[in-house]
Amino acid sequence: MHRFANPARFMRLSERLMPWCTAGAVGFLAVGFYLALFVAPPDYQQGEAVRIMFVHVPAAWMASFAYLFMAVASAVALIWRHPLADLAAQAAAPLGAGFTLICLVTGSLWGQPMWGTWWVWDARLTSVLVLFFLYLGYIALVHAFDDPTRGARAGAVLALVGAVNLPIIKFSVDWWNTLHQPASVFRIGGPTIDRAMLVPLLVMAVGFTLYFAALLMLRIRTAILESRLRAARLGEVEIGAETVAGPAQ
Amino acid sequence: MSAFLAVVQRDLRLALRQGSDAALVVAFFVLAVVLFPFGVGPEPQLLARIAAGVVWVTALLAALLSLDRLFQLDYEDGSLEALALTPLSLEALVLAKCLAHWLTTGLPLVLAAPVLAALLQLEGEGYLPLVLAMGLGTPSLSLVGAVGAALTLGARRAGVLLSLLVLPLYIPVLIFGVAAVDQAVAGISILPHLSILAAFLLAALPLAPLAAAAALRSALE
Repeated sequence: MHRFANPARFMRLSERLMPWCTAGAVGFLAVGFYLALFVAPPDYQQGEAVRIMFVHVPAAWMASFAYLFMAVASAVALIWRHPLADLAAQAAAPLGAGFTLICLVTGSLWGQPMWGTWWVWDARLTSVLVLFFLYLGYIALVHAFDDPTRGARAGAVLALVGAVNLPIIKFSVDWWNTLHQPASVFRIGGPTIDRAMLVPLLVMAVGFTLYFAALLMLRIRTAILESRLRAARLGEVEIGAETVAGPAQ
Repeated sequence: MSAFLAVVQRDLRLALRQGSDAALVVAFFVLAVVLFPFGVGPEPQLLARIAAGVVWVTALLAALLSLDRLFQLDYEDGSLEALALTPLSLEALVLAKCLAHWLTTGLPLVLAAPVLAALLQLEGEGYLPLVLAMGLGTPSLSLVGAVGAALTLGARRAGVLLSLLVLPLYIPVLIFGVAAVDQAVAGISILPHLSILAAFLLAALPLAPLAAAAALRSALE
């Protein structure tokens, strides 16, 4: 892992990986959407509305996964002080917030015809809403300081504190008797979902993951280039100051 | 241990001599609760139904308002750095400050809660659970709040930011605190909810000082 903490090495590696991730994301999402919208059978109870699930479920997985990624990156940043880990955590936060929002909105759209309501205050929905606020809090905290390293450090601590929410989200449907259905894919004893629906779901999940990876690399690369640009500008200002100060001496 | 007690004593003395702070928090608590009968109407059944929730939500906000007192003043006048230099570890310092904070804000809130619940026509069975639940819940509020207060030290618009960070983390305490009172009024055992509140407190007791101390360290660098 320490090998990849070097920004220059990361730039080289990501330059090669990014086109593959982007192409993979486009391919998997295209196939996934085709399977989900045209091939997968309508549910015997939910009818065509079940197709919302092919976006909702991967978005929900990614919302948790992005937070897990952010928390691990923050831990790495706090323990080994790798600057790249800070950048990775900060780059993942808006992506995770986006996935969480997609998950909440699609869930709400599905809930209206199925449950007869846009929103219920059950444990799963509430804990995901809290996750969304944690993302927002993290983003706000990171940008609230004049000194970027101080913001990064504070954000890292917050990301780790907020990680207590992740198991609550995962197990909320088991611990409480919720309106939200219990786990049907990642559960002991194997998935209870039919193969005809599981395959499109997994294709979509791979597509979402590759999309996340591509955007994440893009955002980290942008952040590295921005900091290089800033350093170059500062260097110019210093040289300029020296030349101005020069003749006066 | 004596250093720990000295910090608690110092904070208590500061709070008592400056006087108005703890009283202001309770005054906010009372005023905010009193607003609700005007907002939702004075029907006793309606008020009795929402009493536990209103008291808890308002207590949460009152606790939130008092959080900037935890480290902000000490940070501004530099005494936080002096305290960090003492042999007392930062974690113990946070714990001591949380204890003093709870004694000056959490405890008055717990004591004021039954009176306000009476104003909101809470059923008789609900009073003891309300006090017990708040007694177990408010220390968690101080501890979790200390993490937020330490993280936002020196931030721009720290007050608004603090509420964005801390309120989502307060939600579990609110849920189980209100549920305990509602269960008692419905005649169901409140032990499960009180146990969960106690579990929160026991988890926050070691973890929150760790996180807050880490945040303080980066603020003092």
